[in-house]
Amino acid sequence: MITRIILAFGAVVAIVVAAWMGGSVPGLQPLIGVALPYVAFAIFLIGFAMKVIKWAKSPVPFRIPTTAGQEFSLPWIKWSKIDNPSTTGGVILRMFFEICCFRSLFRNMRTDLRSGWLIHHPTKWLWLLALGFHYSFLIIALRHLRLFVQPVPGFVETLDAVDGMFQIGIPPIYLTDLFILLCLTGLLIRRLCLPKMRFMSLVADYFPLFLILGIVISGLLMRFVYRVDITAVKALANGIASFHPVVPEGIGSIFFVHIALVSTLLAYFPFSKLMHMGGVFMSPTRNLANTNRMEYHENPWRKPPKFHSYEEYEDMYREYMKEAGLPLERE
Amino acid sequence: MYDSGKVIIGLLIFAGIFLFPFVYQHGAPAEKPKPSLDTPAIKALPVKKCVEDTHFMITTHMQFLNDWRDQALRDGNRWYVNKAGKKVWISLQNTCMKCHSNKKDFCDKCHNYAAVQPYCWDCHYDPNGSKL
Repeated sequence: MITRIILAFGAVVAIVVAAWMGGSVPGLQPLIGVALPYVAFAIFLIGFAMKVIKWAKSPVPFRIPTTAGQEFSLPWIKWSKIDNPSTTGGVILRMFFEICCFRSLFRNMRTDLRSGWLIHHPTKWLWLLALGFHYSFLIIALRHLRLFVQPVPGFVETLDAVDGMFQIGIPPIYLTDLFILLCLTGLLIRRLCLPKMRFMSLVADYFPLFLILGIVISGLLMRFVYRVDITAVKALANGIASFHPVVPEGIGSIFFVHIALVSTLLAYFPFSKLMHMGGVFMSPTRNLANTNRMEYHENPWRKPPKFHSYEEYEDMYREYMKEAGLPLERE
Repeated sequence: MYDSGKVIIGLLIFAGIFLFPFVYQHGAPAEKPKPSLDTPAIKALPVKKCVEDTHFMITTHMQFLNDWRDQALRDGNRWYVNKAGKKVWISLQNTCMKCHSNKKDFCDKCHNYAAVQPYCWDCHYDPNGSKL
């Protein structure tokens, strides 16, 4: 089990070392700073779309009612309208709570043996850490728009100001940076310290965690320790966004580590468990109304059966049946 | 493909969100700013050198100014000794902006480009500028 952790960690360290060394060679800078992000982004977009289309090709003939509430039945039985919807509106609400509030994680239960009793109890840590991580990541990604586009849209400046509102240090520490570090560390500790989680976790579980931690840490180092010329970074990012790529001077190796790790994340995305980003929209257990008992759902690959009626049977064997003296319906 | 209408709309929204920077920039890169050093005070300098070296000033001036503020206002020590051993009087308006008297063409150039909103000007004012 330790091997999995070492493998995942080693892979991230290898990328960091390669990018650090490559970034200090001027000839390799356009390769890591421009070509790699373009290729990774193309893999991300195309791979993502192909995966979703592949999923959309799988038939879902029957509504899978893995619901968490009472289905619609009799008027005197209380119906759980959102957790077990049978209308489109209900499904939209269920999807909203799933995507924006991580409803399924909120329902997380643990089972423990406590003084001889087997106890099922709700546990919210995973939900809290996951929610904190995802929203921090979203805000951080949106904030990065300030480096890609010019003029910078107003909402990006607002996000920036709100995120750095405590004005701690210069440049200000962003709240989301602290949250994402906290949540990622929590999620990592969860995998490392809970024996059951450690048993289940694979390289593909550790790798994204280490990779995103690497992205966050390299970004923080670039902002606070190994500073780079931010206008040069913006010129590069803006060059990528405007298809006029340039690699200005004065960008330190740390930037190339950051961009190599982000490119790895993008390229790895469509082939990993991170595809839950698209998958959450494609989940048949979440996005289909529970109408199993109200509507007729035809199996899409069902062929009409060949019937062989008794009449046809009699026609087939009339002679022999007559010979054997069997009763016939028609002479 | 099942439910192709819904899936394709979803994929278009996905592509639209992720391609936003490319569409927004529509192939026209913004010009990288060149902060102007064209002020009378800088022109009159025999050696055009800031308090520390240029790379340090570009990347670390914000933290540097923050340390200056703490040193001057909290510790009451208005003297800074730079790496070359020269003593410098700590003051944004009287030291920094004596040479860099062109806030609009110096400070604001890069800050606007990188969408940075420094809070220097919450307290300080630009002695040479009209309105901030």
